[in-house]
Amino acid sequence: MNGVVGKMFGWFNSRLPIANTFERHLSKHPVPSKVNFWYLFGALASVVLIIQIISGIWLIMPYSNTEEQAFSSIEYIMRDVDYGWVIRYMHTTGASMFFAVVYLHMFRGLLYGSYQKPKELVWVFGCAIYLAMMAEGFLGYVLPYGQMSYWGAQVIISLFGAIPYIGESLELWVRGDYYISGITVSRFFALHVVALPLVLIALVFLHLIALHEVGAGNPEGVDIEEHLDEDGVPLDSVPFFPYKVLNALVGIGVFMTVFAIIMFFFPEGGGYFIEMANFEKANPLVTPEHIAPVWYYSPYYAMLRAVPDKLGGLIVMGSAVAILFVVPWLDNSKAASIRYKGVYSKVALALFGISFLTLGYLGTVGVTEVRKTMSIICTFIYFAFFILMPVYTKFEKTKKVPERL
Amino acid sequence: MQEKDNTRRKVLIGLTSAVGLSGVPFVATPFIAAWNPSARAKAAGASVKIDVSKMQYGQQIQVAWRKQPVFVIRQTKESLAGLEQTLSKLSDPNSEAIDEPYRGLNATRSKSSEYSVIAGVCTHLGCSPKYHPEVEPKPWDASWSGGFFCPCHGSMFDMVGRVFKGVPAPTNLPVPPHFFDGSILTIGEDGGVA
Repeated sequence: MNGVVGKMFGWFNSRLPIANTFERHLSKHPVPSKVNFWYLFGALASVVLIIQIISGIWLIMPYSNTEEQAFSSIEYIMRDVDYGWVIRYMHTTGASMFFAVVYLHMFRGLLYGSYQKPKELVWVFGCAIYLAMMAEGFLGYVLPYGQMSYWGAQVIISLFGAIPYIGESLELWVRGDYYISGITVSRFFALHVVALPLVLIALVFLHLIALHEVGAGNPEGVDIEEHLDEDGVPLDSVPFFPYKVLNALVGIGVFMTVFAIIMFFFPEGGGYFIEMANFEKANPLVTPEHIAPVWYYSPYYAMLRAVPDKLGGLIVMGSAVAILFVVPWLDNSKAASIRYKGVYSKVALALFGISFLTLGYLGTVGVTEVRKTMSIICTFIYFAFFILMPVYTKFEKTKKVPERL
Repeated sequence: MQEKDNTRRKVLIGLTSAVGLSGVPFVATPFIAAWNPSARAKAAGASVKIDVSKMQYGQQIQVAWRKQPVFVIRQTKESLAGLEQTLSKLSDPNSEAIDEPYRGLNATRSKSSEYSVIAGVCTHLGCSPKYHPEVEPKPWDASWSGGFFCPCHGSMFDMVGRVFKGVPAPTNLPVPPHFFDGSILTIGEDGGVA
């Protein structure tokens, strides 16, 4: 680089580590040379995060966070604001797609042991991101102040009431009123658009920095850091640019196509992405006949309903998320990848996947005796997968993990 | 070289930190207190009045108090007599687990021998239970003898809002403070006389 541009770049670079950071974290960052499609979802999640931030900023502009105006301002966005419907559907579709890619990303982690030493912190930050996303999604769902916003929030805030002694005053404190009113909506708005996005972005930053420190995994579970060339670069790695970038672009292309199809043709997702009851303004006196959460919370909702005790239900639901954080310390296996783990791990992961999907279905439908029994069985399998993990990963026979990728 | 004695420095650092930390609750107070119901919200949550003389026997109406449903039911003699038969189904027939304001006054649990006044918010997760006074087999209970059924998670309550055994709701539906002045029912105030 010569001339004025070169000089200017030099001036900045000697005061700010631009070239260094760019090479270290982007252009020359080594990634494993052999990965499969499961390794795309992290990139896709960051794409959705950007979509959510931009569409979110544009939604704040016409939205009104008061009890009288919240619902009608959504109708205003949908009908009177030019292209308002696209921006809103982009945001609602983005919410569902965010959870879809994050669930696949997390399953990849379980499949290929992406939490094993030394990647424990990457996994823990990831779980924290998931938790923050669940809170973010819930707060956002309340903002339109429709029937399902109101009653969904009523159910979730009532969960605080299950906490002994302080429960009821905590409920009142969270709502700031005797019911979910404009006061509640406007504080949820502040948390949804400022507080939690800041937390999310900070966590994503930590997730990536920790990942770049220990290096990305691969479907073989081979530690590529064991074999380095003379420059200290792993032999089984390729630079992030162009290999990973171009590879990811194909995935992003496919993903954006799916995203656009949903956004333009099925934005309500048959009532699973935006529930029908939410097209009606909140009415504190009438509970909808059937209250169900959006699909991405439904497995936990099914667990909540499976327990015939208020505090017990809250504890089960909370533990279901909390137990994810300690997975790195539950897995005793010598192999990281499911390809080299033994038959117990394979059966356990398959049962876990099936029970999680079944719970997801059960959380969206009404309660019957049979479904309740099924929820209880699936909840047991969900927890057994984690609680028994130290045992079955210790005593099973694993295949020998190869030296090189 | 002489070993440096750091004790004095550590004590000073400890003391300074402790004094600094004691400021945390003071700084936190306004931020936490700002989430309490405001004076305006409290004023809007004062009492409501309603004339209940026009109600039919067996009729249930919903009154909004603090924008939450309160059920007022004019009980029939049959349904009050029927309460005895379902006692074995109840988990807390004497409302011992909650703060029951008018215990032992009337079978209706209220200050009146005819009208029940019940907070219409499920003690499980806050849905509004539905009124099903009919004595007939229901999908949720083959020996249903009238009461409230919550559509959200299937909690069941009898005609005066007492919770059944084996349902997710932990306690009976509470009775809000109220008093009758002739046929005028005031919800949200006790009226001073029990």
